[in-house]
Amino acid sequence: MIQEKALIFELSHPGRIAYSLPELDVPAEETASLIPASMLRSEPAALPEVYEVDVIRHYTELSRRNFGVDNGFYPLGSCTMKYNPKVNEDVARYAGFAKIHPYQPEESIQGALELLYQLQQDLAGLTGMDAVTLQPAAGAHGEWTGLMMIRAYHESRGEQRDKVIVPDSSHGTNPASASVAGLTTITIPSTDKGLVDLDALRAAVGSDTAALMLTNPNTLGLFEEQIQEIAAIVHEAGGLLYYDGANSNAIMGITRPGDMGFDVVHLNLHKTMSTPHGGGGPGAGPVGVKSRLVPFLPRPFVSQTEDGSFTLAGGNDQSIGRVKAYYGNFGILVRAYTYMRSYGPEGLRRVSECAVLNANYMMKRLEPYFDVPYPGICKHEFVMSGTPLKKYGVRTLDVAKRLLDFGYHPPTIYFPLNVEECMMIEPTETESKDTLDAFIDTMIQIAKEAEEQPELLLNAPYDTPVTRLDETTAARKPVLNCACS
Amino acid sequence: MKHRYLPMTEQDQQDMLKTVGLNSIEDLFQDIPEEIRFKGDLPVSSALDEYALTSHLSALAAKNANTDQYPSFLGAGLYDHHIPSVINHVVSRSEFYTAYTPYQPEISQGELQAIFEFQSYICELTGMAVANASMYDGATALAEAGSLASAATKRKQLVVSAAVHPESRQVLHTYAHGLDLEIIEIPAKNGVTDMEKLAKAVSGDTAAVLVQNPNFFGSIEDLAAIGDLIHSHKGLMIVSTNPISLGLLEAPGKLGADIVVGDAQPLGISSSLGGPTCGFFAVSKDHMRRMPGRIVGQTVDHNGKRGFVLTLQAREQHIRREKATSNICSNQALLALCASVYMSVMGKQGMIEVGQLNLQKSHYAAGRLAGIPGVKLAFTSPYFNEFVIQLPDGTSVSEVNAKLLQKGYLGGYDLGRSYPELQGHMLVAVTERRTKEQIDQFASLLEGCL
Repeated sequence: MIQEKALIFELSHPGRIAYSLPELDVPAEETASLIPASMLRSEPAALPEVYEVDVIRHYTELSRRNFGVDNGFYPLGSCTMKYNPKVNEDVARYAGFAKIHPYQPEESIQGALELLYQLQQDLAGLTGMDAVTLQPAAGAHGEWTGLMMIRAYHESRGEQRDKVIVPDSSHGTNPASASVAGLTTITIPSTDKGLVDLDALRAAVGSDTAALMLTNPNTLGLFEEQIQEIAAIVHEAGGLLYYDGANSNAIMGITRPGDMGFDVVHLNLHKTMSTPHGGGGPGAGPVGVKSRLVPFLPRPFVSQTEDGSFTLAGGNDQSIGRVKAYYGNFGILVRAYTYMRSYGPEGLRRVSECAVLNANYMMKRLEPYFDVPYPGICKHEFVMSGTPLKKYGVRTLDVAKRLLDFGYHPPTIYFPLNVEECMMIEPTETESKDTLDAFIDTMIQIAKEAEEQPELLLNAPYDTPVTRLDETTAARKPVLNCACS
Repeated sequence: MKHRYLPMTEQDQQDMLKTVGLNSIEDLFQDIPEEIRFKGDLPVSSALDEYALTSHLSALAAKNANTDQYPSFLGAGLYDHHIPSVINHVVSRSEFYTAYTPYQPEISQGELQAIFEFQSYICELTGMAVANASMYDGATALAEAGSLASAATKRKQLVVSAAVHPESRQVLHTYAHGLDLEIIEIPAKNGVTDMEKLAKAVSGDTAAVLVQNPNFFGSIEDLAAIGDLIHSHKGLMIVSTNPISLGLLEAPGKLGADIVVGDAQPLGISSSLGGPTCGFFAVSKDHMRRMPGRIVGQTVDHNGKRGFVLTLQAREQHIRREKATSNICSNQALLALCASVYMSVMGKQGMIEVGQLNLQKSHYAAGRLAGIPGVKLAFTSPYFNEFVIQLPDGTSVSEVNAKLLQKGYLGGYDLGRSYPELQGHMLVAVTERRTKEQIDQFASLLEGCL
């Protein structure tokens, strides 16, 4: 059995150090002569005292208790857990990118601004939009930025529109972002085909409609075939269309949100553009807009001057303002640009083709063993339901936990909310047929285990550093830090 | 086409299409209406092989003046501290950086424990009871703190000091517009929040006072007095702090702060044109269930073994949707890891020493710069590692900085950019990385520029 891992605080031995600081080479003054005693720390922070080997072994051990894309297949639906290219990591660490300050004179950061400018252009071209801001730090941050622009647009026209329509299959961030933007959410049901119910949409739109937020392909992995009609309904009511770009990996070079009728788009660069998820971040959520929303873009953004140099222009008077300090998650933007240049136009299209074929292949092969509620063609991901296993007392959660024993990260489970016992599977384009086949064979084996030895699933996992954890007690009696002092 | 990241061969493609029951790749997209299918060449930059790619990006990087080559006296929220070598080695472990949010705790104990330790570190430094897993940056953390204070007090007015970072205040304004909150700004006097004006502005309608410590001018605020003032009106004190100052300065939690936020960039995170950095967010116990973002808690597994999980998720968007405390989903976990490794390396003693080095070197530099004829310190308030100098009348800070750049130095922040009344004032940051020789050289170069 794998032993409990000590906290770094538990490794502390007074007197050990892991730091190396410069000598003080200026005359020392009494601290109390520089800062009043009442403002000085009364007792030192109880940080651990360890040496460098402790630090490295501690975090190496922690890393061994973690599973990333480099460890194995990670078909987490809606998260696009594709391979994170190593060259992107190298490039982002170049001193000329990593060790620059946003307030340096502009002439001393021209290379950085040029990269940002080109990325703005490339993302606009990819999505079919007229301009792009790179400021938002993540997808949800981009959603909120886009909704604030939509709100400002309506306000500039003297219209009070505060309703945001979302389908019941939408990401939780959509309604949450609407709330933070001061807007109210209306949720509409999906049809039995998993698509937007046009009648429900027609009934929901009106003079108070600010926007419809849509993911296309949607979270069921289905393309909204009636997107043009959806756009017409919303536009005729005076609303705008917001594109949640979480699922862009399905459509690069194949169709563009701007051509579908969307007015605002955000992209998750940590999904589609391969930047690493980092254990939960950092991401980047650039937002593209059509020309009528350009005046409302956050300040500042990069533009090119007549002499060919690049500058952070002030932005328009109608700008919604600043949404993040400085100029976005630059280090992530560098990685995304590097990624896009590694593929170019044809390559990006091929990425989406492979992602979609991989998903369809998996769905077809798994269909006989699980319930696939929306058969036919999917895009880059698909959903299936664990309901056939319920008769053995086994739930989707148990399937997910059993997968851990075979060295896989499970799919997204229990989302979207409109599919019972849902599993949402997104293989991405960087997985080979061999990997997909091995995973599928494992899933088939687990389905068989559910029938023959359900307790095997109910107690899984077995081969992990810990078994199932008591989440109820964690929430009821929260222990949220080590309370060392 | 073939590509090093794409495994699908012609044979694979044929076999897989056959299984699916389709004839061609095109058939996979038959559900997309013909009129909106993209035709022609996608208008994005062309593909480069790996060597051409790194050459191109090296050339772009080389156009930027980096702080390894140009000694920097620029801070204003992003500081040029020494980054211990071990940090990059830890965050380059791909088990960390290629993972996502730890939704499956059994195979994510490493990340979960690292976050739990990060929360513990932040609580230790700030003197607060509870911290979350991180925020996008210090500016958005401050805005979210304002939102929390409004929800907790059921009041709509936020009073913010003009000595808070200008970009943080701008972000606060953007969020406040969305949430329909009123913002009142209090000017600074002698480099700190004007206490008289603050006392006049605060009332029973005030949800919170938002201050920064050390503030944007580097000065140290009288947090205890500000806390007493707002608490007498039953509002909250929100403090944005520079975490590297907390080896020396009193923990805001001990001075009455209800919410402490800030940017962890000084703790081992590269400046990287301002992002990604890492916001932190800590509160007193009363506000635990109103916090935005991810929180990790300790628990046990079925065998009674200690383990960690994401917890208190009933606050979050994926459960509560429009009723969530925030829309935040992803955070800055990898940068929080940088900060944790930094604090592990520095430990109890190192945090004090690095604070001392910053304090001593900045005061030495202030003395040298104030010795230049026509240059004086703008304020007399105590400061940590950053201070304001006033250049001779009519001097343009941006022109001075352009000249310093030619001499190989990055000068301080031009305060006239954000404070019209502070034209000709430069905000100078001095970290432990600056040597006496560089400080002396900087002083003589600055003198030569005037």
